[in-house]
Amino acid sequence: MTMLESLLVVLPELILTLGATDLLLVAAFSNKPDLGRRVSIYAVLMLIACGLALLGPAGNGGAVFGGLYYADAFSTFSKVLIYASAAIAILMAPRFFDRRGEMRPEYPILILLSALGMGFMVSSGDLMMLYIGLEMQSLAAYVLASFMRQDTRSAEAGLKYFVLGALASGILLYGVSLIYGFTGTTSYQGIGAAMASGLSMGELFGLVFVLAGLAFKISAVPFHMWTPDVYEGAPTPVTAFFATAPKIAAVALAIRVMFDALAPATDAWQQIVIFVALASIALGAVAAIGQSNVKRLLAYSSINNIGFALIGIAAGTQAGVAATLSYMAIYVVMTLGSFLCVLQMRDAQGRPVEDIASLAGLSKSQPALAAAFAIFMFSLAGIPPLLGFWGKFLVFDAAVAAGLFPLAVIGIALSVIGAYYYLRIIKTIYFDDAAAPYAPANSVVENGLIAVTAATVSPLGYLLVPFLALTAGNAAQALF
Amino acid sequence: MIQLIVFLPLLAAIIAGLGNRMIGNFAAKILTTGALFVACALSWPIFLDFLVGGQTAYVAPIFDWIRSGDLDVAWSLRVDTLTAVMLVVVTSVSSLVHLYSWGYMDEDPDQPRFFAYLSLFTFAMLMLVTSNNLVQMFFGWEGVGLASYLLIGFWYHKPSANAAAIKAFVVNRVGDFGFSLGIFGTFMVFGTVSIPEILEAAPAMAGSTIGFLGYRLDTMTLLCLLLFVGAMGKSAQFGLHTWLPDAMEGPTPVSALIHAATMVTAGVFMVCRLSPMFETSETALLVVTFFGLLTAFFAATVGTTQTDIKRVIAYSTCSQLGYMFVAVGVGAYGIAMFHLFTHAFFKALLFLGAGSVIHSMHHEQDMRHYGALRKEIPITFWTMMIGTLAITGVGVVWLHAGFAGFHSKDAIIEAAFASESSLGGIAFFTLVFAALLTSFYSWRLIFMTFFGKARWGTSEHVQHAVHDHGGKDTGDGTGGYHPHESGWAMLVPLLSLSVGAVFAGYVFTHEFVDSEAFWAGSVAFNEHLIHELHGVPMWVKLASTVAMLIGLVIAWLAYIRYTDWPARFVAQFRVLHAFLLNKWYIDELYNVLFVKPAFAIGRFFWKRGDKGFIDRFGPDGVSALVASGSTVTRRFQSGYLYTYALVMLIGLAAGATWAITR
Repeated sequence: MTMLESLLVVLPELILTLGATDLLLVAAFSNKPDLGRRVSIYAVLMLIACGLALLGPAGNGGAVFGGLYYADAFSTFSKVLIYASAAIAILMAPRFFDRRGEMRPEYPILILLSALGMGFMVSSGDLMMLYIGLEMQSLAAYVLASFMRQDTRSAEAGLKYFVLGALASGILLYGVSLIYGFTGTTSYQGIGAAMASGLSMGELFGLVFVLAGLAFKISAVPFHMWTPDVYEGAPTPVTAFFATAPKIAAVALAIRVMFDALAPATDAWQQIVIFVALASIALGAVAAIGQSNVKRLLAYSSINNIGFALIGIAAGTQAGVAATLSYMAIYVVMTLGSFLCVLQMRDAQGRPVEDIASLAGLSKSQPALAAAFAIFMFSLAGIPPLLGFWGKFLVFDAAVAAGLFPLAVIGIALSVIGAYYYLRIIKTIYFDDAAAPYAPANSVVENGLIAVTAATVSPLGYLLVPFLALTAGNAAQALF
Repeated sequence: MIQLIVFLPLLAAIIAGLGNRMIGNFAAKILTTGALFVACALSWPIFLDFLVGGQTAYVAPIFDWIRSGDLDVAWSLRVDTLTAVMLVVVTSVSSLVHLYSWGYMDEDPDQPRFFAYLSLFTFAMLMLVTSNNLVQMFFGWEGVGLASYLLIGFWYHKPSANAAAIKAFVVNRVGDFGFSLGIFGTFMVFGTVSIPEILEAAPAMAGSTIGFLGYRLDTMTLLCLLLFVGAMGKSAQFGLHTWLPDAMEGPTPVSALIHAATMVTAGVFMVCRLSPMFETSETALLVVTFFGLLTAFFAATVGTTQTDIKRVIAYSTCSQLGYMFVAVGVGAYGIAMFHLFTHAFFKALLFLGAGSVIHSMHHEQDMRHYGALRKEIPITFWTMMIGTLAITGVGVVWLHAGFAGFHSKDAIIEAAFASESSLGGIAFFTLVFAALLTSFYSWRLIFMTFFGKARWGTSEHVQHAVHDHGGKDTGDGTGGYHPHESGWAMLVPLLSLSVGAVFAGYVFTHEFVDSEAFWAGSVAFNEHLIHELHGVPMWVKLASTVAMLIGLVIAWLAYIRYTDWPARFVAQFRVLHAFLLNKWYIDELYNVLFVKPAFAIGRFFWKRGDKGFIDRFGPDGVSALVASGSTVTRRFQSGYLYTYALVMLIGLAAGATWAITR
């Protein structure tokens, strides 16, 4: 394969690298007014271009650069979701930052850089590639978390994320070095081949450490502690970004590592994943009950949802992987919709409000927004006929098909607890005595996005299910 | 055409019910009533075709319903003589009741809902009578039950109406349980639910036995009795009759349509439809006869003491249904259907007449507050007179001419005498005595309502009305109030039904009673019995007329001539009167036997079982656990980095430990 062909395969990453650098220069030297919005538009266009690039060799080019980088259906599926989430995270930001004059061009650029790292993560074919992608994604994310540097909560969130992220990176790196030391290679294929003859204690330790590092990124219990604090402190568009794109990237990366490199050790990691999945579901559900801040609540909700997604991985089958990918796709839509609704929570002066109690009476003052909120909550709770139910159904179906009956039964029982706090929000919106009304939601872009996401998770979304099943199935097949 | 008859009422019900306030009172009324009159106009030609023999039975399929293994159930509409008779009865009475309700329900705020229920009921009843299989019949059966429940409880703000609606529903459940067991059993034995196939195969099954509750029982007897339990519930036969008098809480047009003319006769219809099946079991027929005559007698005795005008007529209905079941029991199915047919007209007439009285008396229903209404509401008076002449069976034996009841009721009494059933003799005497009582309570109703002195000045309902309108007491028992005749919307149905009450018997007696060709196999026809019936001695034919006259004379003496007689009778026979007034204490008995134990069991399971055990260790316990879990996790979420790092490291250590010990 020639160099040019290889470069075509990494075209999305090229676009992002050059584009982000270019925009950074523009941001540094341009003095046009309203620069943040202009750069945002270019950033979104770039993400669209990356998406289009996936139609070419970047979507199915196979392994390039000596197996460091994979472009297959699996990476394509994940990247589409990542780029879409990143674009929406950019689109929802300007109005939020504008109020405090903080809509600086660095925001879209950091998102682009983070997306670049995620692209490497989901396409990685080597532990070194994995680490570079992960760090690139994380470093941009640390800055994003503390993007409102005047705000102490935002700064605190960034610092906490950074310190704990560094700890997790350390754990991961230690695991990587152990695996390298015991197998003599960092490529997934090589590791898989080395482990096929049996697992040594060192390899097992390495596996545990690598999984721990990845668990931090997807905020699975017990590596979830940063999530509520960071989600609460970070600016809301950033939180929406954190809850979606990096989650997909980390889950996809975890799938790649477990099914490519660690496939011979399935028995070993399967039990860890089962434990982590159930612990995440349970803790996400139980802890969310006590929350009064809607962003904190959504943080626990994301922990809870990651638990469900892990059930598909725990199944250890192709159908399980497909189910997890479908679940993540649906989860991303629901989560973005929920955060878009949260963005509309602003008091009469336009200040963001995060208190759940302030939602009371929303059904009277803004019935459309209240209905959208209710749709997302019902969907997150997994209540049919909304699309959230379908995702849960798929992962449980995969678990049952793999013979993991206790896992499915416990997961379903725990999902009932989870339903409680989602329903509590709906109860607050529809049945509590009205609180002070919010400022009217008048952003065309945000309202349009809410309408589209709400329509997608509504029963109408089942029209997409065949398409979703096909693409997720293809993506999963690429790994087996 | 038959499809139109059945589905027009459904369509009207859906539009009126869902449209409700959006389409308004007038649109709902005109739509439902119009649909019913069209259905009625389409039904009569079908009936007349069967009458002149120009029509043969057919089945109009609609579409498949259930196909699972041997079970093959289709929606289809069966039209034969039996159906045609019911079509005419149902659509005629229903359309007139719809029209009547324009007047009666005029001031009600919920009219679209009322008319939607009425039409829904009519649809369900039509589904019932046109069904060609037991499952569709059960659908109609439950449909009418539902409509009945909704209509009895139509004034849902009245606790008594709600209680009555629930009672009707629950008591009917008992019957329906029997009916559904009967259907299951029939399917088990015959492998089909199609009525014609069952009836064809039934004779071959006679004499076979089947295991039930650990006993070997005669197959056909068991099946017939189970089905009859269903009929007992719907047709308010003794034992399961308690809901019918209470059902009078519903608006009066409902009582006329559902609880007199149509739904309550569904049991009779069902047994007639399955008559070849019942013919195979002598025991079952004896049981039917026994319950029929017991009900006829019981309800007639209770009817003599009631003071609520609607309850008198309700017990009268109950009693007349007993007559019909006696006819069925002795094998005279055509005669049973004949009485069903004539009864629909004169009983609907009586109810609607009573409704007219109630309407003009501002919802006063106690006959003790009536009197002398003859001159105030003359048209109502005369139509009710016709109804009474019809129910008491006034006619001239030698001329073979009389009011509707004369032909049908006397035919039942003669059939009981002529039959070879071992209960025939007892049935004959009981029914003659019941005819005496019928005459007595019917005339008592007329005399108390329309004759004597005005007594409505003491009625609270009337006093309220007078108070509102500012009349003044003139001291003549009227309390200053003068009732007005009802409007034309109510009088037209009364007059139309009067025509039926006068002529329905005379005109159709030959076809219904004598003509095997008319029935054309749609019910079992016992030619021998009909032959015997025409040969009964003259004293038998005269017996019921004499009984009727005696009843009339006693009523006249007691309520016109010597008005102190009733009080003296009550004083003399205090126990007997209390026994009758309290409806043989059946309700009280059931209260002790079933209701209270059921409540006790329910309370035990609620307090001990549900709250004390399931809730405590189930939902409540789990939710307490979750709440405390939430507190614990919040404590861990301290906000300090070192706590978070510690938790991560503990997790890592646990994972590593697991890896070592694995």
